[in-house]
Amino acid sequence: MTEEPTTDEQLAPRPGAEQAELAAEIRAERKRVTGGTPDDAHDVIIELDNVDVYYGDFHAVDSVTIPVREKEITAFIGPSGCGKSTVLRSINRMNDLIESARVEGRIAYHGVDLYGSGVDPVEVRRHIGMVFQKPNPFPKSIYDNIAFGPKIAGFKGDMDDLVESSLQRAALWDEVKDKLDESAFALSGGQQQRLCIARAIATSPDVLLMDEPASALDPIATLRIEDLMYELKQEYTIIIVTHNMQQAARVSDRTAFFSVDVNEGKRTGRLVEFTETAKLFTDPAEQETEDYITGRFG
Amino acid sequence: MTTSITRRQEATQADVAKAIQRSGIQWRSTLFHAGLLLLLLTTLVILLVLLADIMIKAWPTFAERGVSFVTDGLSLNPETAGVFTGIMGSIAIAVIVILLAFPIGVSSAIYLEEYAPDTRLSRFLDTTVRNLAGVPSIVYGLLGGSTDGKNVIAAGITMSALVLPIVIITASEAIRAVPDSIREAGYGVGATKWEVVRSHVMPSALPGILTGTVLTLARAIGETAPLLVIGVATGYFAPPGDATFVDQITGSYTALPVIVFSWSRQTQAEFADTLAPAAIIVLLVVLFVLNGAAIWLRNKTENRW
Repeated sequence: MTEEPTTDEQLAPRPGAEQAELAAEIRAERKRVTGGTPDDAHDVIIELDNVDVYYGDFHAVDSVTIPVREKEITAFIGPSGCGKSTVLRSINRMNDLIESARVEGRIAYHGVDLYGSGVDPVEVRRHIGMVFQKPNPFPKSIYDNIAFGPKIAGFKGDMDDLVESSLQRAALWDEVKDKLDESAFALSGGQQQRLCIARAIATSPDVLLMDEPASALDPIATLRIEDLMYELKQEYTIIIVTHNMQQAARVSDRTAFFSVDVNEGKRTGRLVEFTETAKLFTDPAEQETEDYITGRFG
Repeated sequence: MTTSITRRQEATQADVAKAIQRSGIQWRSTLFHAGLLLLLLTTLVILLVLLADIMIKAWPTFAERGVSFVTDGLSLNPETAGVFTGIMGSIAIAVIVILLAFPIGVSSAIYLEEYAPDTRLSRFLDTTVRNLAGVPSIVYGLLGGSTDGKNVIAAGITMSALVLPIVIITASEAIRAVPDSIREAGYGVGATKWEVVRSHVMPSALPGILTGTVLTLARAIGETAPLLVIGVATGYFAPPGDATFVDQITGSYTALPVIVFSWSRQTQAEFADTLAPAAIIVLLVVLFVLNGAAIWLRNKTENRW
């Protein structure tokens, strides 16, 4: 676990009054950023409906149902091994790369079943981009990192413009505009992760999946990524997996809390609760959620 | 507080100083260290003695003949016998190995590592390749010798078969060493398997593949046994003077290690005593140049980023 050092302190059990205060804080922050609390005005863009994931005979995730709304940030939180990354990776069919992986149930994108016959996982990933836990730039120049995706997708426009606008949207342009031909590895960890975000948005997806995007970064770089997520939310739908509950509370509109059942040494993840972030962190419906967010478990 | 240390603190300080003192020499550790170094030196000494011995024997040849030893062809007369025919034969074999074993071997490695599903068949293939790499080289010679052609093409094909498993294994290892995070990054932006392999896996694996394959080329050039079985010329033969290219590649041929072998068995003392060691030096130089090329290629391809 690589949370910020403040996590434990801030997650200490809160008396009711402080909880209400936290809820107010979260709502105020959201109002500042988006001009309102999440409402149902945004359409559901990705719908997970009774999704089960298996690796061979191993039942990794049990029956997850989450409606993800457009231009919101949806956070998946929960203890290690609860299947939150597994679910995230089944949304853009990254799990297809693992031979034994199998998804049951329905994952719909704009109402279209992503696992329907004739769906090309490569095309799916062009619409649903991904940012990984460890920054993983290609061992190429900064420019080529951004240009690769559009190039293979057959982009015909002005590549220089696209590289610039992608880097700008990822809040990295000013730092790298004079060294686009230099290796991506010359950047700091936080810059590399923003480069990976720029790379993901260069193919103009409308959904971004982020798998613990800040867990390998220091607190300052983490805050920059979170700021960036606020910005990106204007245009993109973001689903973020995080170990860091403060992060989920800070950035997300809605949060899904996963937990894990251990049966004869096999761990099966399941969804405990999915609701508005402010509600989940202050007035969770389930005792299990409350135990987790107050630090009594996990 | 900072200037005066209490008695109690002094006592603690003394205890700690004593506790963290070095307690004598650590015999086991020192012995082990010395043992390792000694064994390493044994290898070096053997190699140096061997080299010095050959150098001393070969020196008169180079001193008297100079470059002509390298540029003269085969001859029954020790005064004029040179290794040029052998160098040509070895180069021809090397070229055939490069053209044949490398493309087939690297392609097989890509298939095994990136495409083959993890089934019993692919695991069987993998094991077979590893076992083939351990088959004695003479067996490949018997295989090549069962064909009719006693020419340099047959030799090149046999040598290709001999090094193919090694090329596959080294290329596989280089491909496996490419971190999965690079593959994921490629798939994540909507690349197909082919695009991921071509644009990311292969460039990252290239230094390892090049080094490995050039080193196997050195093996192909140094091998003697298979060539003897296939029917390389071990005695004197007249190299085709004004022969056409076709005549040259279908006619008699020889190679550097074979010349060393055949000269060391000649009845005339000069052949065994000074000419064979000189031919060994030429062979070693060729191998060192190849190994140097491998290192140069790796550095050139590796340090791009």
